Amino acid sequence: MNGTMIRTRGLTRHFTVKKETVEAVRGLDLHVEAGELVALLGPNGAGKSTTLRMLTTLLPPTSGTAEVAGLDVTADPRGVRARIGYIGQGNGAAHSQRGRDELVSQGRAYGLSRTAARARAAELIASLDLEGVADRLVSSLSGGQRRRLDIAMGLIHAPDLLFLDEPSTGLDPQNRANLQEHIAALRAEHGTTIVLTTHYLDEADQLAERVIVIDHGQVIADDTPERLKADHAGDRITLTLGHERDARRVVAERLGVVAGGRVERAGAQVVIETDGGARLAPKLLRGLDEAGIEVAAVEVARPTLDDVFLNLTGRSLREESATTGEAA
Amino acid sequence: MSAVPSPLNAPKGRPMSTSMVMDTAVVFGRELRPVLRNPFSLVFTMVQPLFFLALFGPLLPDVPGGGSALQWFVPGIIVMSCLFAGSTTGSNLQFEMQTGSHERTLVSPLRRSALIVGRSLKEIVPIVGQAALIVAATVPFGFRPHLGGAVVGLLILGVFGVGLGAFSYTLALASKDQEWMFWAIQQTLIFPLMLLAGMLLPVDDGPGWMQVLSKLNPLTYVVDAERALFGGELASATVAQGAVAALVVAGLGLLVGTRAMRRA
Repeated sequence: MNGTMIRTRGLTRHFTVKKETVEAVRGLDLHVEAGELVALLGPNGAGKSTTLRMLTTLLPPTSGTAEVAGLDVTADPRGVRARIGYIGQGNGAAHSQRGRDELVSQGRAYGLSRTAARARAAELIASLDLEGVADRLVSSLSGGQRRRLDIAMGLIHAPDLLFLDEPSTGLDPQNRANLQEHIAALRAEHGTTIVLTTHYLDEADQLAERVIVIDHGQVIADDTPERLKADHAGDRITLTLGHERDARRVVAERLGVVAGGRVERAGAQVVIETDGGARLAPKLLRGLDEAGIEVAAVEVARPTLDDVFLNLTGRSLREESATTGEAA
Repeated sequence: MSAVPSPLNAPKGRPMSTSMVMDTAVVFGRELRPVLRNPFSLVFTMVQPLFFLALFGPLLPDVPGGGSALQWFVPGIIVMSCLFAGSTTGSNLQFEMQTGSHERTLVSPLRRSALIVGRSLKEIVPIVGQAALIVAATVPFGFRPHLGGAVVGLLILGVFGVGLGAFSYTLALASKDQEWMFWAIQQTLIFPLMLLAGMLLPVDDGPGWMQVLSKLNPLTYVVDAERALFGGELASATVAQGAVAALVVAGLGLLVGTRAMRRA
Protein backbone atom coordinates (compact mmCIF):
# COMPACT_ATOMS: atom_id res chain seq x y z
CA MET A 1 0.00 0.00 0.00
CA ASN A 2 1.40 3.35 -1.01
CA GLY A 3 0.50 6.86 -0.12
CA THR A 4 -0.18 8.93 2.94
CA MET A 5 -1.19 7.15 6.13
CA ILE A 6 -1.36 10.12 8.49
CA ARG A 7 -1.60 13.81 7.74
CA THR A 8 -2.31 16.45 10.36
CA ARG A 9 -2.62 20.18 9.88
CA GLY A 10 -2.30 22.51 12.82
CA LEU A 11 -3.42 19.76 15.20
CA THR A 12 -3.94 21.35 18.59
CA ARG A 13 -5.27 20.21 21.94
CA HIS A 14 -5.88 22.35 24.98
CA PHE A 15 -6.78 21.14 28.43
CA THR A 16 -8.29 23.26 31.15
CA VAL A 17 -6.69 22.52 34.48
CA LYS A 18 -7.93 24.63 37.41
CA LYS A 19 -9.22 27.34 35.07
CA GLU A 20 -5.86 27.54 33.34
CA THR A 21 -5.44 26.52 29.74
CA VAL A 22 -2.66 24.04 29.11
CA GLU A 23 -1.57 23.67 25.51
CA ALA A 24 -0.68 19.99 25.38
CA VAL A 25 -0.26 19.88 21.61
CA ARG A 26 0.39 23.05 19.63
CA GLY A 27 -0.20 23.16 15.89
CA LEU A 28 1.24 19.81 14.91
CA ASP A 29 1.83 19.20 11.19
CA LEU A 30 2.63 15.54 10.71
CA HIS A 31 2.99 13.49 7.59
CA VAL A 32 3.51 9.74 7.75
CA GLU A 33 3.77 7.63 4.62
CA ALA A 34 2.41 4.10 4.40
CA GLY A 35 5.01 1.58 5.57
CA GLU A 36 6.95 3.93 7.83
CA LEU A 37 8.01 3.03 11.36
CA VAL A 38 7.90 6.24 13.35
CA ALA A 39 8.75 6.88 16.98
CA LEU A 40 7.40 9.92 18.80
CA LEU A 41 10.08 10.70 21.34
CA GLY A 42 9.90 13.21 24.11
CA PRO A 43 9.87 13.67 27.87
CA ASN A 44 6.77 12.96 29.94
CA GLY A 45 4.15 15.57 29.35
CA ALA A 46 5.61 16.58 25.98
CA GLY A 47 2.34 15.84 24.19
CA LYS A 48 3.16 12.43 22.69
CA SER A 49 0.28 10.56 24.24
CA THR A 50 -2.16 13.40 23.63
CA THR A 51 -1.15 13.35 19.97
CA LEU A 52 -1.65 9.61 19.83
CA ARG A 53 -5.04 9.88 21.52
CA MET A 54 -6.18 12.39 18.92
CA LEU A 55 -4.94 10.21 16.05
CA THR A 56 -6.76 7.18 17.47
CA THR A 57 -10.05 9.11 17.97
CA LEU A 58 -9.91 8.86 21.76
CA LEU A 59 -9.67 12.62 22.15
CA PRO A 60 -11.20 15.27 19.89
CA PRO A 61 -8.76 17.96 18.73
CA THR A 62 -9.34 21.51 19.97
CA SER A 63 -8.47 22.74 16.50
CA GLY A 64 -6.73 21.59 13.37
CA THR A 65 -7.38 18.44 11.36
CA ALA A 66 -6.06 14.90 11.25
CA GLU A 67 -6.53 12.38 8.50
CA VAL A 68 -5.74 8.82 9.51
CA ALA A 69 -5.83 5.92 7.05
CA GLY A 70 -7.55 8.25 4.59
CA LEU A 71 -10.35 9.34 6.90
CA ASP A 72 -10.88 12.41 9.05
CA VAL A 73 -10.78 11.60 12.76
CA THR A 74 -13.57 14.05 13.61
CA ALA A 75 -15.86 13.38 10.65
CA ASP A 76 -15.60 9.57 10.59
CA PRO A 77 -14.13 8.28 13.85
CA ARG A 78 -15.70 4.83 13.45
CA GLY A 79 -14.21 4.48 9.99
CA VAL A 80 -10.78 5.36 11.38
CA ARG A 81 -11.22 2.88 14.26
CA ALA A 82 -12.04 0.05 11.87
CA ARG A 83 -8.79 0.66 9.98
CA ILE A 84 -6.30 1.08 12.79
CA GLY A 85 -4.89 -1.10 15.52
CA TYR A 86 -4.13 0.34 18.93
CA ILE A 87 -2.07 -0.98 21.80
CA GLY A 88 -2.45 1.36 24.74
CA GLN A 89 -0.47 1.85 27.91
CA GLY A 90 -2.76 -0.40 29.92
CA ASN A 91 -3.94 -3.95 29.39
CA GLY A 92 -6.31 -4.39 26.48
CA ALA A 93 -7.64 -7.65 27.85
CA ALA A 94 -9.91 -7.38 30.88
CA HIS A 95 -8.61 -9.09 33.99
CA SER A 96 -11.88 -10.93 34.58
CA GLN A 97 -11.73 -12.59 31.15
CA ARG A 98 -9.69 -15.36 29.59
CA GLY A 99 -7.18 -14.36 26.96
CA ARG A 100 -8.64 -16.45 24.17
CA ASP A 101 -12.18 -15.20 24.87
CA GLU A 102 -10.99 -11.61 24.67
CA LEU A 103 -9.21 -12.27 21.39
CA VAL A 104 -12.32 -13.80 19.85
CA SER A 105 -14.54 -10.93 21.11
CA GLN A 106 -12.03 -8.48 19.71
CA GLY A 107 -12.12 -10.20 16.32
CA ARG A 108 -15.93 -10.11 16.37
CA ALA A 109 -15.81 -6.40 17.20
CA TYR A 110 -13.93 -5.85 13.95
CA GLY A 111 -16.52 -7.81 11.98
CA LEU A 112 -14.82 -11.20 11.72
CA SER A 113 -17.13 -14.21 11.69
CA ARG A 114 -17.02 -16.45 14.74
CA THR A 115 -15.01 -19.09 12.86
CA ALA A 116 -12.58 -16.56 11.44
CA ALA A 117 -12.14 -14.89 14.82
CA ARG A 118 -11.40 -18.23 16.49
CA ALA A 119 -8.88 -19.20 13.81
CA ARG A 120 -7.17 -15.83 13.92
CA ALA A 121 -7.03 -15.94 17.73
CA ALA A 122 -5.42 -19.39 17.63
CA GLU A 123 -2.89 -18.15 15.08
CA LEU A 124 -1.88 -15.17 17.21
CA ILE A 125 -1.80 -17.24 20.40
CA ALA A 126 0.67 -19.61 18.73
CA SER A 127 2.91 -16.93 17.28
CA LEU A 128 3.04 -14.88 20.48
CA ASP A 129 3.86 -17.86 22.68
CA LEU A 130 0.62 -17.70 24.62
CA GLU A 131 -0.50 -21.30 24.16
CA GLY A 132 -0.03 -22.29 27.77
CA VAL A 133 -1.85 -19.31 29.23
CA ALA A 134 -4.53 -18.27 26.71
CA ASP A 135 -7.26 -20.17 28.54
CA ARG A 136 -6.40 -18.79 31.94
CA LEU A 137 -7.81 -15.67 33.55
CA VAL A 138 -5.93 -12.59 32.37
CA SER A 139 -5.46 -11.52 36.00
CA SER A 140 -3.28 -14.59 36.57
CA LEU A 141 -0.82 -13.79 33.75
CA SER A 142 2.59 -12.20 34.21
CA GLY A 143 3.30 -8.68 32.97
CA GLY A 144 5.14 -9.94 29.90
CA GLN A 145 2.40 -12.42 29.04
CA ARG A 146 -0.25 -9.72 29.34
CA ARG A 147 1.73 -7.44 27.10
CA ARG A 148 1.98 -10.16 24.45
CA LEU A 149 -1.76 -10.65 24.75
CA ASP A 150 -2.22 -6.89 24.24
CA ILE A 151 -0.18 -7.12 21.06
CA ALA A 152 -2.30 -10.03 19.85
CA MET A 153 -5.45 -7.97 20.55
CA GLY A 154 -4.08 -5.06 18.54
CA LEU A 155 -3.26 -7.32 15.59
CA ILE A 156 -6.48 -9.35 15.46
CA HIS A 157 -7.76 -7.57 12.34
CA ALA A 158 -4.32 -7.23 10.73
CA PRO A 159 -4.47 -3.43 10.57
CA ASP A 160 -2.44 -1.48 8.01
CA LEU A 161 -1.67 1.08 10.65
CA LEU A 162 -0.74 0.24 14.22
CA PHE A 163 -0.37 2.67 17.12
CA LEU A 164 1.52 1.73 20.25
CA ASP A 165 1.52 3.99 23.30
CA GLU A 166 4.63 3.48 25.44
CA PRO A 167 4.65 -0.21 24.51
CA SER A 168 7.55 -1.31 26.66
CA THR A 169 6.92 0.67 29.84
CA GLY A 170 7.12 -1.67 32.80
CA LEU A 171 8.64 -4.59 30.89
CA ASP A 172 11.86 -6.29 31.87
CA PRO A 173 14.76 -6.13 29.36
CA GLN A 174 14.03 -9.56 27.91
CA ASN A 175 10.37 -8.81 27.28
CA ARG A 176 11.31 -5.44 25.86
CA ALA A 177 13.66 -7.08 23.38
CA ASN A 178 10.91 -9.56 22.52
CA LEU A 179 8.43 -6.80 21.89
CA GLN A 180 10.85 -4.88 19.72
CA GLU A 181 11.45 -8.01 17.69
CA HIS A 182 7.74 -8.34 17.07
CA ILE A 183 7.36 -4.76 16.02
CA ALA A 184 10.29 -5.02 13.65
CA ALA A 185 8.92 -8.27 12.19
CA LEU A 186 5.50 -6.77 11.66
CA ARG A 187 7.03 -3.93 9.73
CA ALA A 188 9.37 -6.14 7.71
CA GLU A 189 6.94 -8.92 6.83
CA HIS A 190 3.66 -7.12 6.36
CA GLY A 191 4.63 -3.55 5.63
CA THR A 192 2.48 -2.37 8.53
CA THR A 193 2.78 1.33 9.22
CA ILE A 194 3.75 1.72 12.87
CA VAL A 195 3.60 4.78 15.07
CA LEU A 196 4.79 4.41 18.63
CA THR A 197 5.51 6.75 21.49
CA THR A 198 8.39 6.15 23.81
CA HIS A 199 10.60 7.86 26.29
CA TYR A 200 13.19 5.10 25.99
CA LEU A 201 15.95 6.56 23.88
CA ASP A 202 17.53 3.29 22.87
CA GLU A 203 14.16 1.94 21.81
CA ALA A 204 13.57 4.83 19.43
CA ASP A 205 17.16 4.54 18.22
CA GLN A 206 17.12 0.81 17.50
CA LEU A 207 13.61 0.42 16.23
CA ALA A 208 12.49 3.48 14.34
CA GLU A 209 13.54 4.60 10.91
CA ARG A 210 12.22 7.99 11.75
CA VAL A 211 12.21 9.77 15.07
CA ILE A 212 9.99 12.75 15.72
CA VAL A 213 11.20 14.61 18.77
CA ILE A 214 8.36 16.39 20.57
CA ASP A 215 8.75 18.92 23.33
CA HIS A 216 6.14 21.29 24.79
CA GLY A 217 3.58 20.07 22.28
CA GLN A 218 5.65 20.86 19.21
CA VAL A 219 7.90 18.98 16.83
CA ILE A 220 11.45 20.11 17.42
CA ALA A 221 13.21 17.58 15.19
CA ASP A 222 12.13 14.97 12.68
CA ASP A 223 14.58 12.68 10.89
CA THR A 224 16.30 9.29 10.91
CA PRO A 225 18.14 8.59 14.15
CA GLU A 226 21.45 8.70 12.25
CA ARG A 227 20.83 12.07 10.68
CA LEU A 228 19.48 13.52 13.92
CA LYS A 229 22.68 12.54 15.63
CA ALA A 230 24.85 13.77 12.79
CA ASP A 231 23.04 17.11 12.68
CA HIS A 232 22.47 17.78 16.33
CA ALA A 233 25.21 16.01 18.27
CA GLY A 234 28.84 15.06 17.76
CA ASP A 235 30.95 12.16 18.93
CA ARG A 236 32.19 12.41 22.44
CA ILE A 237 35.84 11.93 23.33
CA THR A 238 36.41 11.63 27.06
CA LEU A 239 40.01 12.08 28.17
CA THR A 240 41.07 11.27 31.70
CA LEU A 241 44.33 13.05 32.48
CA GLY A 242 46.88 12.50 35.17
CA HIS A 243 46.41 15.91 36.80
CA GLU A 244 43.76 18.53 36.92
CA ARG A 245 46.21 21.19 35.79
CA ASP A 246 46.85 19.16 32.63
CA ALA A 247 43.12 19.13 32.04
CA ARG A 248 43.00 22.91 32.47
CA ARG A 249 45.81 23.25 29.94
CA VAL A 250 44.02 21.09 27.39
CA VAL A 251 40.93 23.27 27.66
CA ALA A 252 42.78 26.59 27.72
CA GLU A 253 45.04 25.88 24.78
CA ARG A 254 42.49 23.71 22.97
CA LEU A 255 45.29 21.20 22.46
CA GLY A 256 44.76 19.04 19.43
CA VAL A 257 41.10 20.02 19.21
CA VAL A 258 39.70 20.89 15.81
CA ALA A 259 37.80 24.11 15.37
CA GLY A 260 34.11 23.81 16.13
CA GLY A 261 34.44 21.07 18.71
CA ARG A 262 32.91 21.71 22.10
CA VAL A 263 35.17 21.23 25.09
CA GLU A 264 34.12 20.78 28.70
CA ARG A 265 36.11 19.94 31.78
CA ALA A 266 35.22 18.33 35.07
CA GLY A 267 38.15 17.73 37.40
CA ALA A 268 40.85 15.85 35.56
CA GLN A 269 38.39 14.82 32.87
CA VAL A 270 37.91 16.59 29.54
CA VAL A 271 34.98 15.91 27.24
CA ILE A 272 35.33 16.92 23.62
CA GLU A 273 32.27 16.85 21.41
CA THR A 274 33.14 16.76 17.74
CA ASP A 275 32.47 15.07 14.41
CA GLY A 276 34.62 12.12 13.42
CA GLY A 277 35.73 11.40 16.97
CA ALA A 278 37.17 7.98 16.17
CA ARG A 279 39.51 9.43 13.53
CA LEU A 280 40.47 12.37 15.66
CA ALA A 281 41.33 10.50 18.85
CA PRO A 282 44.73 9.02 17.77
CA LYS A 283 45.83 12.40 16.45
CA LEU A 284 44.73 14.02 19.68
CA LEU A 285 46.68 11.55 21.79
CA ARG A 286 49.82 12.04 19.75
CA GLY A 287 49.56 15.81 20.11
CA LEU A 288 49.12 15.56 23.86
CA ASP A 289 52.05 13.18 24.10
CA GLU A 290 54.25 15.68 22.26
CA ALA A 291 53.13 18.44 24.62
CA GLY A 292 54.20 16.26 27.52
CA ILE A 293 50.73 15.64 28.90
CA GLU A 294 50.06 12.20 30.27
CA VAL A 295 46.70 10.63 29.36
CA ALA A 296 45.40 8.03 31.79
CA ALA A 297 42.40 6.89 29.74
CA VAL A 298 40.49 7.75 26.61
CA GLU A 299 37.00 6.85 25.51
CA VAL A 300 35.24 7.62 22.26
CA ALA A 301 31.44 7.43 22.28
CA ARG A 302 28.99 7.77 19.41
CA PRO A 303 26.26 10.28 20.14
CA THR A 304 22.92 9.11 21.49
CA LEU A 305 19.46 10.53 20.95
CA ASP A 306 19.77 11.92 24.45
CA ASP A 307 22.64 14.11 23.23
CA VAL A 308 20.36 15.23 20.43
CA PHE A 309 17.62 16.11 22.88
CA LEU A 310 20.09 17.83 25.16
CA ASN A 311 21.45 19.96 22.34
CA LEU A 312 17.98 20.82 21.10
CA THR A 313 16.42 21.72 24.43
CA GLY A 314 19.27 22.14 26.88
CA ARG A 315 17.70 19.40 29.02
CA SER A 316 18.51 15.74 29.28
CA LEU A 317 15.72 13.32 28.51
CA ARG A 318 17.30 10.70 30.71
CA GLU A 319 17.14 12.92 33.80
CA GLU A 320 13.55 13.93 33.12
CA SER A 321 12.39 10.34 32.75
CA ALA A 322 14.15 9.48 35.94
CA THR A 323 12.66 12.30 37.97
CA THR A 324 9.10 12.40 36.67
CA GLY A 325 8.65 8.66 36.83
CA GLU A 326 5.56 7.22 35.14
CA ALA A 327 4.48 8.19 31.67
CA ALA A 328 1.98 11.00 31.37
CA MET B 1 9.20 -17.11 19.16
CA SER B 2 7.91 -17.39 15.61
CA ALA B 3 7.05 -14.58 13.28
CA VAL B 4 3.82 -12.64 13.41
CA PRO B 5 1.24 -14.59 11.39
CA SER B 6 0.03 -13.38 8.07
CA PRO B 7 -3.39 -11.80 8.09
CA LEU B 8 -5.00 -14.86 6.53
CA ASN B 9 -8.43 -14.43 8.00
CA ALA B 10 -8.65 -10.71 8.06
CA PRO B 11 -9.02 -9.04 4.67
CA LYS B 12 -6.51 -6.24 4.67
CA GLY B 13 -7.55 -2.64 4.33
CA ARG B 14 -11.18 -3.55 3.82
CA PRO B 15 -12.80 -3.52 7.23
CA MET B 16 -16.10 -5.30 7.37
CA SER B 17 -19.05 -3.26 8.47
CA THR B 18 -21.02 -4.40 11.47
CA SER B 19 -24.58 -3.62 12.48
CA MET B 20 -25.82 -2.21 15.77
CA VAL B 21 -27.35 -5.60 16.59
CA MET B 22 -24.05 -7.39 15.93
CA ASP B 23 -22.11 -4.85 17.99
CA THR B 24 -24.55 -5.25 20.86
CA ALA B 25 -24.36 -9.04 20.62
CA VAL B 26 -20.55 -8.92 20.80
CA VAL B 27 -20.60 -6.70 23.89
CA PHE B 28 -23.39 -8.75 25.48
CA GLY B 29 -21.54 -12.02 24.87
CA ARG B 30 -18.28 -10.67 26.19
CA GLU B 31 -19.91 -9.40 29.38
CA LEU B 32 -21.81 -12.58 29.97
CA ARG B 33 -18.88 -14.94 29.55
CA PRO B 34 -17.27 -14.46 32.99
CA VAL B 35 -20.71 -14.98 34.59
CA LEU B 36 -21.25 -18.22 32.72
CA ARG B 37 -17.71 -19.39 33.39
CA ASN B 38 -18.14 -18.73 37.08
CA PRO B 39 -21.86 -18.87 38.01
CA PHE B 40 -20.93 -18.78 41.67
CA SER B 41 -20.19 -15.04 41.23
CA LEU B 42 -23.98 -14.55 41.17
CA VAL B 43 -24.17 -15.41 44.83
CA PHE B 44 -21.86 -12.54 45.74
CA THR B 45 -24.40 -9.70 45.37
CA MET B 46 -27.09 -11.96 46.85
CA VAL B 47 -25.52 -12.17 50.29
CA GLN B 48 -27.27 -9.08 51.65
CA PRO B 49 -30.75 -9.90 50.29
CA LEU B 50 -30.42 -13.42 51.67
CA PHE B 51 -29.54 -12.03 55.11
CA PHE B 52 -32.64 -9.83 55.02
CA LEU B 53 -34.65 -12.86 54.03
CA ALA B 54 -33.27 -15.06 56.81
CA LEU B 55 -32.97 -12.54 59.64
CA PHE B 56 -35.70 -10.02 58.86
CA GLY B 57 -38.38 -12.27 57.37
CA PRO B 58 -39.09 -14.27 60.54
CA LEU B 59 -39.87 -11.02 62.40
CA LEU B 60 -42.77 -10.18 60.11
CA PRO B 61 -46.25 -10.82 61.47
CA ASP B 62 -48.47 -13.04 59.43
CA VAL B 63 -50.69 -11.20 57.02
CA PRO B 64 -54.26 -10.85 58.25
CA GLY B 65 -56.41 -13.27 56.32
CA GLY B 66 -54.09 -16.18 56.91
CA GLY B 67 -51.45 -15.69 54.16
CA SER B 68 -47.80 -16.23 54.89
CA ALA B 69 -45.69 -13.09 55.38
CA LEU B 70 -43.30 -14.53 52.81
CA GLN B 71 -45.96 -13.96 50.17
CA TRP B 72 -45.54 -10.22 50.74
CA PHE B 73 -41.85 -10.21 51.63
CA VAL B 74 -40.18 -12.43 49.00
CA PRO B 75 -41.07 -10.36 45.90
CA GLY B 76 -39.50 -7.36 47.67
CA ILE B 77 -36.34 -9.34 48.33
CA ILE B 78 -36.20 -10.39 44.68
CA VAL B 79 -36.34 -6.73 43.65
CA MET B 80 -33.69 -5.98 46.28
CA SER B 81 -31.27 -8.49 44.83
CA CYS B 82 -31.93 -6.97 41.40
CA LEU B 83 -31.22 -3.54 42.86
CA PHE B 84 -27.93 -4.64 44.44
CA ALA B 85 -26.70 -6.50 41.37
CA GLY B 86 -27.76 -3.82 38.92
CA SER B 87 -26.48 -0.83 40.84
CA THR B 88 -23.03 -2.29 41.55
CA THR B 89 -22.33 -3.59 38.06
CA GLY B 90 -20.70 -0.29 37.06
CA SER B 91 -17.73 -1.19 39.24
CA ASN B 92 -16.76 -3.81 36.64
CA LEU B 93 -16.59 -1.12 34.01
CA GLN B 94 -14.68 1.11 36.38
CA PHE B 95 -12.09 -1.61 36.86
CA GLU B 96 -11.77 -1.99 33.09
CA MET B 97 -11.33 1.77 32.82
CA GLN B 98 -8.44 1.54 35.26
CA THR B 99 -6.70 -1.41 33.63
CA GLY B 100 -7.06 -0.10 30.08
CA SER B 101 -9.39 -2.60 28.47
CA HIS B 102 -12.22 -0.07 28.29
CA GLU B 103 -9.94 2.23 26.30
CA ARG B 104 -9.25 -0.64 23.93
CA THR B 105 -12.99 -1.10 23.26
CA LEU B 106 -13.30 2.66 22.67
CA VAL B 107 -10.72 2.42 19.88
CA SER B 108 -12.51 -0.55 18.33
CA PRO B 109 -15.28 0.12 15.79
CA LEU B 110 -17.97 -1.03 18.25
CA ARG B 111 -20.68 1.61 18.44
CA ARG B 112 -20.70 3.65 21.64
CA SER B 113 -24.40 2.88 22.10
CA ALA B 114 -23.70 -0.86 21.76
CA LEU B 115 -21.05 -0.61 24.48
CA ILE B 116 -23.74 0.50 26.94
CA VAL B 117 -26.76 -1.45 25.60
CA GLY B 118 -24.88 -4.74 25.38
CA ARG B 119 -23.50 -4.39 28.89
CA SER B 120 -26.87 -3.39 30.35
CA LEU B 121 -28.78 -6.19 28.61
CA LYS B 122 -26.45 -8.69 30.19
CA GLU B 123 -27.83 -7.69 33.61
CA ILE B 124 -30.99 -9.65 32.79
CA VAL B 125 -29.12 -12.93 33.20
CA PRO B 126 -27.85 -12.52 36.78
CA ILE B 127 -31.15 -10.90 37.81
CA VAL B 128 -33.26 -13.79 36.55
CA GLY B 129 -30.77 -16.31 37.93
CA GLN B 130 -30.82 -14.72 41.38
CA ALA B 131 -34.62 -14.46 41.38
CA ALA B 132 -34.88 -18.15 40.55
CA LEU B 133 -32.51 -18.99 43.41
CA ILE B 134 -34.50 -16.92 45.89
CA VAL B 135 -37.78 -18.54 44.81
CA ALA B 136 -36.22 -21.98 45.07
CA ALA B 137 -34.92 -21.19 48.56
CA THR B 138 -38.24 -19.86 49.88
CA VAL B 139 -40.74 -22.35 48.47
CA PRO B 140 -39.82 -24.94 51.14
CA PHE B 141 -40.69 -22.31 53.78
CA GLY B 142 -44.13 -21.65 52.42
CA PHE B 143 -43.70 -19.14 49.59
CA ARG B 144 -46.21 -19.92 46.83
CA PRO B 145 -45.49 -18.00 43.61
CA HIS B 146 -48.03 -17.91 40.79
CA LEU B 147 -46.19 -19.36 37.78
CA GLY B 148 -47.54 -17.11 35.02
CA GLY B 149 -47.25 -14.09 37.27
CA ALA B 150 -43.68 -14.95 38.15
CA VAL B 151 -42.74 -15.13 34.45
CA VAL B 152 -44.24 -11.70 33.74
CA GLY B 153 -42.68 -10.42 36.97
CA LEU B 154 -39.21 -11.53 35.91
CA LEU B 155 -39.74 -9.90 32.53
CA ILE B 156 -40.54 -6.55 34.16
CA LEU B 157 -37.64 -7.02 36.56
CA GLY B 158 -35.28 -7.71 33.65
CA VAL B 159 -36.32 -4.49 31.93
CA PHE B 160 -35.87 -2.57 35.17
CA GLY B 161 -32.45 -4.20 35.67
CA VAL B 162 -31.31 -3.04 32.23
CA GLY B 163 -32.09 0.52 33.26
CA LEU B 164 -30.38 0.12 36.63
CA GLY B 165 -27.30 -1.32 34.96
CA ALA B 166 -27.21 1.54 32.48
CA PHE B 167 -27.39 4.08 35.33
CA SER B 168 -24.66 2.23 37.21
CA TYR B 169 -22.39 2.29 34.12
CA THR B 170 -23.15 5.97 33.69
CA LEU B 171 -22.09 6.56 37.28
CA ALA B 172 -18.88 4.61 36.64
CA LEU B 173 -18.11 6.68 33.54
CA ALA B 174 -18.88 9.92 35.40
CA SER B 175 -16.72 9.11 38.40
CA LYS B 176 -13.86 7.97 36.14
CA ASP B 177 -11.01 6.51 38.15
CA GLN B 178 -12.30 7.78 41.50
CA GLU B 179 -13.55 4.50 42.85
CA TRP B 180 -14.67 5.99 46.15
CA MET B 181 -17.02 8.37 44.37
CA PHE B 182 -18.80 5.53 42.60
CA TRP B 183 -19.39 3.69 45.86
CA ALA B 184 -20.28 6.82 47.83
CA ILE B 185 -23.03 7.76 45.39
CA GLN B 186 -24.25 4.19 44.92
CA GLN B 187 -24.49 3.62 48.67
CA THR B 188 -26.10 7.00 49.32
CA LEU B 189 -28.85 6.36 46.78
CA ILE B 190 -29.58 2.70 47.25
CA PHE B 191 -30.93 2.64 50.79
CA PRO B 192 -33.40 5.56 50.54
CA LEU B 193 -34.63 4.13 47.23
CA MET B 194 -35.04 0.73 48.82
CA LEU B 195 -36.80 1.85 52.01
CA LEU B 196 -39.05 4.37 50.26
CA ALA B 197 -40.21 1.64 47.87
CA GLY B 198 -41.70 -0.25 50.78
CA MET B 199 -39.40 -3.14 50.12
CA LEU B 200 -38.92 -4.17 53.78
CA LEU B 201 -41.88 -2.51 55.48
CA PRO B 202 -45.03 -0.99 54.00
CA VAL B 203 -44.89 2.78 53.57
CA ASP B 204 -48.69 3.09 53.56
CA ASP B 205 -48.81 3.81 57.29
CA GLY B 206 -45.90 6.25 57.21
CA PRO B 207 -46.13 10.06 57.47
CA GLY B 208 -47.37 12.09 54.51
CA TRP B 209 -43.98 13.28 53.29
CA MET B 210 -42.80 9.71 53.15
CA GLN B 211 -45.76 8.66 51.10
CA VAL B 212 -45.12 11.52 48.67
CA LEU B 213 -41.47 10.50 48.25
CA SER B 214 -42.54 6.92 47.84
CA LYS B 215 -44.93 7.90 45.05
CA LEU B 216 -42.05 9.67 43.26
CA ASN B 217 -39.82 6.60 43.51
CA PRO B 218 -40.09 4.44 40.36
CA LEU B 219 -38.93 1.47 42.38
CA THR B 220 -42.19 1.59 44.39
CA TYR B 221 -44.25 0.73 41.32
CA VAL B 222 -41.91 -2.12 40.39
CA VAL B 223 -42.11 -3.61 43.90
CA ASP B 224 -45.93 -3.30 43.97
CA ALA B 225 -46.20 -4.91 40.54
CA GLU B 226 -43.92 -7.80 41.56
CA ARG B 227 -46.05 -8.47 44.66
CA ALA B 228 -49.21 -8.44 42.56
CA LEU B 229 -47.69 -10.72 39.92
CA PHE B 230 -46.15 -13.29 42.25
CA GLY B 231 -49.52 -13.37 44.01
CA GLY B 232 -51.24 -14.25 40.74
CA GLU B 233 -52.76 -10.87 39.89
CA LEU B 234 -51.85 -10.53 36.21
CA ALA B 235 -54.00 -7.90 34.57
CA SER B 236 -54.22 -4.93 36.90
CA ALA B 237 -53.36 -1.26 37.02
CA THR B 238 -50.61 -2.04 39.55
CA VAL B 239 -48.90 -4.38 37.08
CA ALA B 240 -49.26 -1.87 34.25
CA GLN B 241 -47.77 0.89 36.38
CA GLY B 242 -44.84 -1.34 37.31
CA ALA B 243 -44.21 -2.20 33.67
CA VAL B 244 -44.31 1.46 32.68
CA ALA B 245 -41.94 2.41 35.53
CA ALA B 246 -39.48 -0.30 34.45
CA LEU B 247 -39.64 0.81 30.82
CA VAL B 248 -39.12 4.47 31.78
CA VAL B 249 -36.09 3.60 33.93
CA ALA B 250 -34.64 1.43 31.16
CA GLY B 251 -35.23 4.08 28.50
CA LEU B 252 -33.79 6.91 30.56
CA GLY B 253 -30.84 4.80 31.71
CA LEU B 254 -29.85 3.78 28.21
CA LEU B 255 -30.24 7.36 27.02
CA VAL B 256 -27.95 8.92 29.63
CA GLY B 257 -25.61 5.91 29.42
CA THR B 258 -25.16 6.29 25.68
CA ARG B 259 -24.53 10.00 26.07
CA ALA B 260 -21.94 9.36 28.78
CA MET B 261 -20.24 6.71 26.64
CA ARG B 262 -20.09 9.08 23.66
CA ARG B 263 -18.33 11.62 25.82
CA ALA B 264 -15.94 9.04 27.33
